[in-house]
Amino acid sequence: MSFDEIYNIALMQGFAGLSLFSVLLLMGLGLAIIFGQMGVINMAHGEFMTIGAYTIYLFSSLTETHAPGLMQLYFPFAILAAFAIAFIFGWLVEWALIRHLYKRPLDTLLATWGLSLGMQQVFRSTFGPKEVSPTLPDWLMGSWSPSEGLDIPINGLFVLVLTLLVTGGVLLALYKSRWGLRVRATVANRPMANATGINTRRTDRLTYAIGCGIAGVAGAAFTTIGSTGPTSGSLYIVDAFLVVTFGGAGSLLGTVASAFGIAQTQSIAEFFLTGSMAKVLTLLLIVTILMIRPQGLVASKIRR
Amino acid sequence: MDAFKNWVARSGMGSVLILALVIMVVFPLTMDIFRLNLVGKYLSYAFVAVGLVMLWGYGGILSLGQGVFFGLGGYMMAMFLKLEASDPITTKIQSTPGIPDFMDWNQLTALPLWWEPFRHLPLALIAVVAVPMILAFIISFAMFKRRVGGVYFAIITQAVALILTVLIVGQQGYTGGVNGITDLRTMLGWDIRDDSAKYILYFANCVLLLAVILLCRWIQMSKLGTLLLAMRDKEDRVRFSGYDVAMFKVFVFVLAAGISAVGGAMFTLQVGFMSPSLVGIVPSIEMVILAAVGGRMSLVGAVYGALLVNAGKTYFSEAAPDLWLFLMAALFIGVVLVFPNGLAGLYESHVKPWLARRKAPKASTQAVEPPAAPLSSPSHKSAPSAPLPGGVQGQSA
Amino acid sequence: MAEKKDPIQTPLTDEQRRKVLMGMAAAPALMVPGLALAQAGQFPTAKVNTTKLAVTDTEVIVGQLHSATGTMAISETGSIQAEQLAIDQINAMGGILGRKIKVIKEDGASDWPTFAEKSKKLLVNDRVACVFGCWTSASRKAVLPVFEKENGLLYYPTFYEGLEQSKNVIYTGQEATQQIIWGLDWASKEKKAKTYFLVGSDYIWPRTSMKIARKHIESVGKLGSVVGEEYYPLGNTNFNSLINKIKVAKPDCIFAAVVGGSNVAFYKQLKAAGITGVKQFLLTLSVTEDEMLGVGGENFAGFYSSMKYFQSLDNANNKGFVEAFKKAYGPKSVIGDVTQAGYLGPWLWKAAVEKAGSFDVDKVVAASPGIELKTAPEGYVKLHENHHLWSKARIAQGQPDGTFKVVAESPELIEPNPFPKGYQ
Repeated sequence: MSFDEIYNIALMQGFAGLSLFSVLLLMGLGLAIIFGQMGVINMAHGEFMTIGAYTIYLFSSLTETHAPGLMQLYFPFAILAAFAIAFIFGWLVEWALIRHLYKRPLDTLLATWGLSLGMQQVFRSTFGPKEVSPTLPDWLMGSWSPSEGLDIPINGLFVLVLTLLVTGGVLLALYKSRWGLRVRATVANRPMANATGINTRRTDRLTYAIGCGIAGVAGAAFTTIGSTGPTSGSLYIVDAFLVVTFGGAGSLLGTVASAFGIAQTQSIAEFFLTGSMAKVLTLLLIVTILMIRPQGLVASKIRR
Repeated sequence: MDAFKNWVARSGMGSVLILALVIMVVFPLTMDIFRLNLVGKYLSYAFVAVGLVMLWGYGGILSLGQGVFFGLGGYMMAMFLKLEASDPITTKIQSTPGIPDFMDWNQLTALPLWWEPFRHLPLALIAVVAVPMILAFIISFAMFKRRVGGVYFAIITQAVALILTVLIVGQQGYTGGVNGITDLRTMLGWDIRDDSAKYILYFANCVLLLAVILLCRWIQMSKLGTLLLAMRDKEDRVRFSGYDVAMFKVFVFVLAAGISAVGGAMFTLQVGFMSPSLVGIVPSIEMVILAAVGGRMSLVGAVYGALLVNAGKTYFSEAAPDLWLFLMAALFIGVVLVFPNGLAGLYESHVKPWLARRKAPKASTQAVEPPAAPLSSPSHKSAPSAPLPGGVQGQSA
Repeated sequence: MAEKKDPIQTPLTDEQRRKVLMGMAAAPALMVPGLALAQAGQFPTAKVNTTKLAVTDTEVIVGQLHSATGTMAISETGSIQAEQLAIDQINAMGGILGRKIKVIKEDGASDWPTFAEKSKKLLVNDRVACVFGCWTSASRKAVLPVFEKENGLLYYPTFYEGLEQSKNVIYTGQEATQQIIWGLDWASKEKKAKTYFLVGSDYIWPRTSMKIARKHIESVGKLGSVVGEEYYPLGNTNFNSLINKIKVAKPDCIFAAVVGGSNVAFYKQLKAAGITGVKQFLLTLSVTEDEMLGVGGENFAGFYSSMKYFQSLDNANNKGFVEAFKKAYGPKSVIGDVTQAGYLGPWLWKAAVEKAGSFDVDKVVAASPGIELKTAPEGYVKLHENHHLWSKARIAQGQPDGTFKVVAESPELIEPNPFPKGYQ
């Protein structure tokens, strides 16, 4: 094997790690907001991602039948729509379910688990039990090869860019906007936030809905790399929780760091070991580190 | 006589007696062996739910990895039964007769060393309880000493469940993989698939379950139970009083693990196989739901919860295959929103006052109204709105 | 039709075909009642049912046990539909021994203990005459002891790893050697493949399949060498590291058995990494028309799949079947290998019951070996003594529109051999 090839493989493997990082981060981000900031254990997170995926499917089939000329353009709009639909649905769920449970975080787990069962059945009844495959625009397919033997997946690049955009947006919103200020105040000290005139209930609802919206965006983006079916979302939920917990709930930077660490560990292990053993190794590492450092990688300074 | 009545009312033995009556007399009389065997399966889950009442209701520790212990217990039992089913005569078509079939398919030519102890029933039975408890000790000791708690603990146990599933599935030469360990036939030459065997196993299951409930009840009524409750509600105060909080938590976690493992072994015996689908995250969450539906503070309620949820699952999926997930979803959401203390809470808040009203005119000597519970902790953090009479009486309903 | 001895040499005339198709697809409803009555009188219930099965003078109850919910519903729906279609067609032809077939559907919910529970319910409570069901090996292994204990009869539609033969199961899909060996020989001969990279999901079927493939490549068939063998957990959605390993190994042939949601991720990421049907030869055991729905034709175009049946198969039986299926389940529905194998179940059972003149499981099982089906969409099939079907192997290439083009077909029916010597 020549040096060139090794170089190329190393580059591609590096990108594989980055790509896994962006996937983990994007799926964890919505959860980091809901679970990290609000303490709600949202087991239906995966199903909100599925909402996003089916939105892409709807858009692609609608575009295909009604405006085939726009096939190259629909994707960004569909992602915005995925955010909107998941956001609205999240808003409703918060109103109907979550707001009654803020004082009982462990109960949110049970309620949202029930919710996820129901949502899966809704998907199954609406779109059928089989997987679907949205037709993606050509520019999202294939690979970008700057030199012979070097192929960088375009869908991976796309997810990476989208993840950076969303993460940047969330960080900006959280630290520069009024909403962010209210969220941080509420997280830090709810009664005090209330006392200063912050409507914490509204803040909660908005936060939950935004978290769900981001899950929708993640689901939409993952149609480029994964499957779309009634139970697709359940493939992601455990990993998403691990990312958030490992990073340290309450800290977005922690989520970023943990997604990066897990992704690199796993993709490097996968390259040298078998897939199953790499998974076990990664999980064991996470559990061990969490035992030593239970507050996660980056601890938020909250008085408990 | 009054003293006895008082004792029954105070210790909550009445509800245990009623439960014993229901599962050991009413069910066997009214059901055929097929349905009874199903109930037996549900009751094997009830072990986990009872363990969760101790762990979650009393200890305030939510574990989403109880399937690990249930599964380990079941696997230990299944390993013994599988070895007995794989004698050299029945497995003579294999390239290596005398080892379990799945090992042969995976090119193993000899029984792995760590399977050897499972040739002997006493060793296997010890392992059923001991291995999960040791694992539970290792996990919980490391975490509770570092004061990991609440949601973190839940997520970590979830990760443990995931790891074990991936390991079992990945090491299929040693564990049977996704298929699990199937086709179990006899225990010491006794055919566990016979109808008569099913009856015996069912009753054995009932007796064990009642024994476990009594043991837990005894712990609840002892000073230890008091401490657990105190620790759940005001951990720091208990710690400042000089108690080693971590070790109490470890104790209750190991206890719940051992109880779950017994349930797993009974599951294997009654259903006839064990598979990783009972170890993973989904079954672990479902087991928490059993306890939640029953009422997380009530040992007996947990058993009813296990019966109700599983019977619901079976019935709904037979009667309305398209709708049954909706019905299950409604059940979970309804329990959390409307009856946060589950069946037991429902009994306490609705049935008991009604009974009391009916009995009041008779002015009986029975202690219907609970005396002010000595250790009551009416405002459990996670259930503020509930009319749950804390303390001893309420929890035993 | 049983008088025909050698169907390969004497194919059906067009006339005969049309009759068969009429019977199967759009049954002559008018003549049914009289025929049915006459037949039922010929076979009194006391005679055809001596084992207390759910058989009356007018109907016979069978069970259907698949996952309608949970992760496996994606795959099992096709089998549910095909079995129902076959049963409807048989009923429209007058049923079996003058009795209409009534189906009790149970949901295994992708959960193996539930499968065991429901199979027991069907056999013990409902006393069904036979069960069509199961998909994964795990579900079959879970119900097998129940069927053997209660002496039930299961028609199992999925291609699977072999290593099993039960009196109480009829396997209508291929066992591993039928699917793998001919395909590998073809890859070696036609595609000149010398080096192979084996990829699978981590459970019994891919592992056993890859074991057979490796033996065949390295020692039995001496086709070349295996340059990599990888397994990923079920549900894994990230294959970039694997793809890089493949790029390092540069195999002539990627031999894949990835299943479920992982399957979609695998092909989407292969395509995105520049490994397409144009540049790379890939042969899979796990992509049928059903999986293609999720994978998307554009991601699989140019790759090859080894199955016994493809929807595009060009014969009269299949045309009638596809037409009837689309009529029943919509023009967009697709038919995969397992769906077709599921469709065979009720017909094989019908033939066996009629040959035995009884619904009793023991008699039906005794009558089963040697049962022939000339009306099968995949072509002529015959039931072996070991309860598996003789069937052909076929290789087809995925097209961008999501269909398959059959490019090769084994000349003879391949004998099923669930315990292959030399491959252990």
